[in-house]
Amino acid sequence: MRDRYIAPFSERGTHPIDAHTAERLLGIALEKGGDYADLFFEYSVSGSYVYDEQILKSAQRAVSMGLGVRVMKGDATGYAYCEELSFDAMKRAAETAAQIAAGGHSVDPVRIAMRDLPSRYAVPVESLDVEGVAKKAILERADRAARASDPRVVRVDASFAESVREILVANSLGQMARDRQPLLRFGVRVIAEDGPNRQSGSSGGGGRVGLEYFERLSPEWHAEQAVQQALVMLDAREAPAGEMDVVLAPGDSGILLHEAVGHGLEADFNRKKTSNYSERVGQKVASELCTVVDDAALPGSRGSINVDDEGQLPTRSVLIEDGVLRGYMQDRHSAQFFGTTPDGHGRRQSFRSHPMPRMTNTMLLAGEDAPEDIIRSVTRGVYAKKFGGGQVDISNGDFVFSLTEGYLIENGKITAPLKGVNLIGNGPDAMRKVVMLGHDFEVSDGIWTCGKEGQSVPVGVGCPTIKISSMTVGGTQVSAG
Amino acid sequence: MSEAAKEAAALVELGRSVVDRAIAAGADVAEAGVHSGSHLSVKVRMREPELVEEAGSRALGLRVMVGQRVASTYTSDFSATGQQTLIEDALELARLSEPDEHAGPPDPSELSEEAQWKDLDTFDEAVSLIAADEALDRALRGERAAFDYDPRITNSEGASFSRARGVSALVTSGGFAGSDCGTYASIFVNPVADDEDGKKRSGYHWSASRHYADLEESEKVGAEAARRTIAQLGARKIPTQELPVVFDKDAARSILGLLAGCVTGGSIWRRSSYLVGRVDSQVASDLVTIIDDPLVARAPGSRPFDGEGLLSRRNTVVQGGVLQTYLLDSYSARKLGLRSTASAARSPSGGISASTSNFFLVPGSISRDQLIADTSHGLYVTGMMGFGFNGVTGDFSRGASGFLIRNGELADPVSEVTISLNLDQLLQRIDAIADDLEHRTAIASPTFRVSSMTLAGS
Repeated sequence: MRDRYIAPFSERGTHPIDAHTAERLLGIALEKGGDYADLFFEYSVSGSYVYDEQILKSAQRAVSMGLGVRVMKGDATGYAYCEELSFDAMKRAAETAAQIAAGGHSVDPVRIAMRDLPSRYAVPVESLDVEGVAKKAILERADRAARASDPRVVRVDASFAESVREILVANSLGQMARDRQPLLRFGVRVIAEDGPNRQSGSSGGGGRVGLEYFERLSPEWHAEQAVQQALVMLDAREAPAGEMDVVLAPGDSGILLHEAVGHGLEADFNRKKTSNYSERVGQKVASELCTVVDDAALPGSRGSINVDDEGQLPTRSVLIEDGVLRGYMQDRHSAQFFGTTPDGHGRRQSFRSHPMPRMTNTMLLAGEDAPEDIIRSVTRGVYAKKFGGGQVDISNGDFVFSLTEGYLIENGKITAPLKGVNLIGNGPDAMRKVVMLGHDFEVSDGIWTCGKEGQSVPVGVGCPTIKISSMTVGGTQVSAG
Repeated sequence: MSEAAKEAAALVELGRSVVDRAIAAGADVAEAGVHSGSHLSVKVRMREPELVEEAGSRALGLRVMVGQRVASTYTSDFSATGQQTLIEDALELARLSEPDEHAGPPDPSELSEEAQWKDLDTFDEAVSLIAADEALDRALRGERAAFDYDPRITNSEGASFSRARGVSALVTSGGFAGSDCGTYASIFVNPVADDEDGKKRSGYHWSASRHYADLEESEKVGAEAARRTIAQLGARKIPTQELPVVFDKDAARSILGLLAGCVTGGSIWRRSSYLVGRVDSQVASDLVTIIDDPLVARAPGSRPFDGEGLLSRRNTVVQGGVLQTYLLDSYSARKLGLRSTASAARSPSGGISASTSNFFLVPGSISRDQLIADTSHGLYVTGMMGFGFNGVTGDFSRGASGFLIRNGELADPVSEVTISLNLDQLLQRIDAIADDLEHRTAIASPTFRVSSMTLAGS
């Protein structure tokens, strides 16, 4: 299997790219006088398997490869790409990208050296190298377990997606880096019916891991989670509407932090002064309980990277410390503006896109409260357990999140499941209203994909149990009290 | 022969060759989709160029069946090795998948041919000729118009202009061979204003068209973007209440989008739509007629044939509030014991599913202004946020922003509220539809009013 998927630009490939070729192409890219140029070679192979109606219904595989060339001159970027790695095609892409700097002087050639990278996701065997029958067996197990667990389960579908992305980045600073990024995502979804009521439930996970993932969390375990969610939701009642206390469950709720706070701390919005966090470094922007980090180094996590898509080495960035804003997530362009060094947040969806500051694994660190004390402190509120997704308006921090599993809290106890719950609020406002923080920090299992300006990248999130005093809950039941 | 026609012929040839080789390698059915495209996008910000991006790309998708086993593969690598891997992988994966009794291409007698295809006027050579300088000028003028509109526009997320051109071909072992081409130009302006209490308000407006001449002038787009941004200044929550809600055509379009997901075949046979078993019953108020029409000239979702080669046709999905049909491809039709409505869409990676083309609510006869004037108290929604929709139950709850309607006029701006109502009830409560439909997007709607919804606010 492995021999079929060799990156053409790798040493064993059909069009190996060495430092010398990279230097020549960068020379062409800077011929018109750009300040900076980079080359981004990418080869990605992805596969997916869908198990539906008790058969492996479809299997897919996709290969995508090419080179993206970027030239920067001041705040302007020229970008071009090609999908063929002949020298002529690459040269044309470099010349097209160079146009942005028309009228300048050519720049001295660069000497390129390969960078040493850390190893944050060395999987024993890449999933793509494992025979398809092994993945089919995993899906079968999930299907069987879900069906066996309750007669109200009327439909089950399970899916398995795998990919490996090999990249080679070279830039006019003389840096060159090569990385191979595996990714796996498993999911199971069930529909349960009880009389006229029908509800769905789902569970999934993965990361930069191989099939050994399933030794820790089995397909049966995920199936059971999905079934329980659907069954609970069959009894769900209409959600209350209005302002109330909200308690966020550990792990998955990190997505709220990602949307409501994380995006506003990406440096491009702050360079443009269009974020509500612009020009606020050093100021208090959250309750002093809150410390928020973006950590690219979590072993095997979906958002982890050894090197970013500009050739920079990411580590752990402290964004908010004890409520005080410490800094933004930088890519090369924003770092130049802020007079700082790029910290490895320059990511892109593929060679067809230019990099932007993006998150990796964004986490609100643990506090000291016991989770049960947090629940006990709420007289009337909502417990948010699973999130369907969310959206934020970066310019002012307003956000909306939909719950796929949520409960009413009454007099210190979690009671009835709720349907159709939305949480709506404002990022900075919600962060100031964090009044309790659990000691039960969890990283969410690897399912999240972040979209920005049409580009998707895999990310991780994490948080402990969080109590937010007062947030708007969008339900349908208008209460008199 | 035009350049696009030559390119299309070459793509058909490539598709045919891949299909032939897949059959020779052991496939019983093979279908190849080939695409080639080019685009230019530019972005300006604060009156300076920020990005010029230009490239061409290609995609080759193959779907095969071995017996009743299905698999599909995709590649952007058109080299001989790349094509070989595409075919070998497809066959290997097909042998791994399991027989699906309902899978299969349409009956050859149902396939369309060139003489039947309508010219939908989706291609304009002028779009592909737009150069980077002209694109930058268009974007700069759009942003400048936003700044000039009002001094309170102090910042900008930028303005962008892009053009795209695509040619695609579909060849199947069942005997279909066809191609289609299209162009698309668009301009987007996104100004920012400072609000009191340190909040920033970002607003936008855009125009897009198949033909260059149909694109709105940059100045008009920029001024409208600025007007929308300024109008939101001072937006705040309003108290939780039940009230009539008017959806402007952009917000209304996203409601139609939710319905689209509930009438397409995949959600029906999977029983993941609240509309399962509802054909011939009332699913909306009797004012509501909804059409899916791939044959609208110059519209974004237009296509002469569907993703399986069937002749495109206009489908009436809801007539006078009564659900007439689901939108089906041949697979979902077989699953449901019905006939395809020629609604198959083929993804670049080779998968086929039933999908909408130009899906729209038929406009009413009153103007948008009259509709607002007829509403004494209500919420006028211009934007929605979040993903609060469950297609299985129809439960709908999303963040909304817009304006309070007071005594028949748009009044205070509103933000940070959610509106909720089950989609089934929402459509049944539509009590007024305006006449302002435009086919700027594939899913489109005129402004409409829902008699009562729950608003959650302060």
